[in-house]
Amino acid sequence: MRSHRRRRGARIRPYTFTGGRTRSRHPLMVQTLVSIADPRAELPRNLMPESQQIYELCAQVRSVAEISAELKIPLGVTQVLLSDLADQGLVYIHPTITGHSPSENQVLERALRGLERLFQ
Amino acid sequence: MASNVSSNSRPSVMSTKIVIAGGFGAGKTTLVGSVSEIPPVTTEAVMTEASIAHDDVSSTPDKVTTTVAMDFGRLTLDEELIMYMFGTPGQARFWFMWDDLVRGAVGAVVVVDARRLADCFDAIDYFEKNQNIPYIIALNRFDGEREYTVEQIREAVEVGPDVPIIEFDARDRLSSGSVLKQLLKYTLSRPEQPELVG
Ligand SMILES: Nc1nc2c(ncn2[C@@H]2O[C@H](COP(=O)(O)OP(=O)(O)OP(=O)(O)O)[C@@H](O)[C@H]2O)c(=O)[nH]1
Ligand SMILES: [Mg+2]
Repeated sequence: MRSHRRRRGARIRPYTFTGGRTRSRHPLMVQTLVSIADPRAELPRNLMPESQQIYELCAQVRSVAEISAELKIPLGVTQVLLSDLADQGLVYIHPTITGHSPSENQVLERALRGLERLFQ
Repeated sequence: MASNVSSNSRPSVMSTKIVIAGGFGAGKTTLVGSVSEIPPVTTEAVMTEASIAHDDVSSTPDKVTTTVAMDFGRLTLDEELIMYMFGTPGQARFWFMWDDLVRGAVGAVVVVDARRLADCFDAIDYFEKNQNIPYIIALNRFDGEREYTVEQIREAVEVGPDVPIIEFDARDRLSSGSVLKQLLKYTLSRPEQPELVG
């Protein structure tokens, strides 16, 4: 069996989700969970309609991708609006486990135990 | 069984992600659907093209933005831990969006259609270049005859002996679940990687 795999040169080009400008301020990835920072707070005034919809969805813990899908707002735009809500202290950004730090190994082990429970 | 995330508003709830990559029609969405506790969700990303794909005749040079659909599923692993599974778009011309999708993943599965090996080369190339994301290869046999051994396939796709290759059936829940377990075990077995992403 002959190999056909071509190794191409560096193909990394500067594409990004539209609206990725907020990324350096908050680690908001597609899988990152968000929720309302203070559940007893009143609905903030003067939010844009999309931001208000997002804020209302955040009454329950949800991921960036789930909010994007539910409201049919593209991912990049959802990230920007969520980041602004977080800047205003309205939305809490939950920790995202990337496995890049040794301190996260315990969580990865929990993940594996969870998978073993579900798929035994 | 799994607890409901939505009833849980504690700030200690956290999430993680694995990526399901592979060629067009290799079985990525089928895998996600087999293991997910929710039906696979489709979401859209609008991509800004900063340059034109010169090596891809199928791309449209005049367009500034492209809309790409992708799907994902979810698993509640314990009361405070949710795992998302994100499928990358199968068409090679969308490979460029993988950076955004892959960023922060604890690992990736490259689904390979055993009948069309060449379709997975883009995905394998990508993860060979991004050494900070551990990946495994999941061979979807599509009920086909076992024409090649795993070792022959390893040679054909040019991956080292350390990359696990497992056979599975994307339509089967337990078989797909075992792929996820294998990936997590592999991720945990790897020596610490330096932080390469922001
Ligand atoms: N017989 C058989 N069919 C399969 C198997 N896995 C997937 N399929 C079918 O193959 C087709 C493609 O599978 P998908 O899961 O949609 O593939 P995909 O990788 O998500 O495809 P794209 O997102 O379009 O790249 C679907 O019609 C599946 O039902 C398998 O193991 N055996
Ligand atoms: Mg698909």
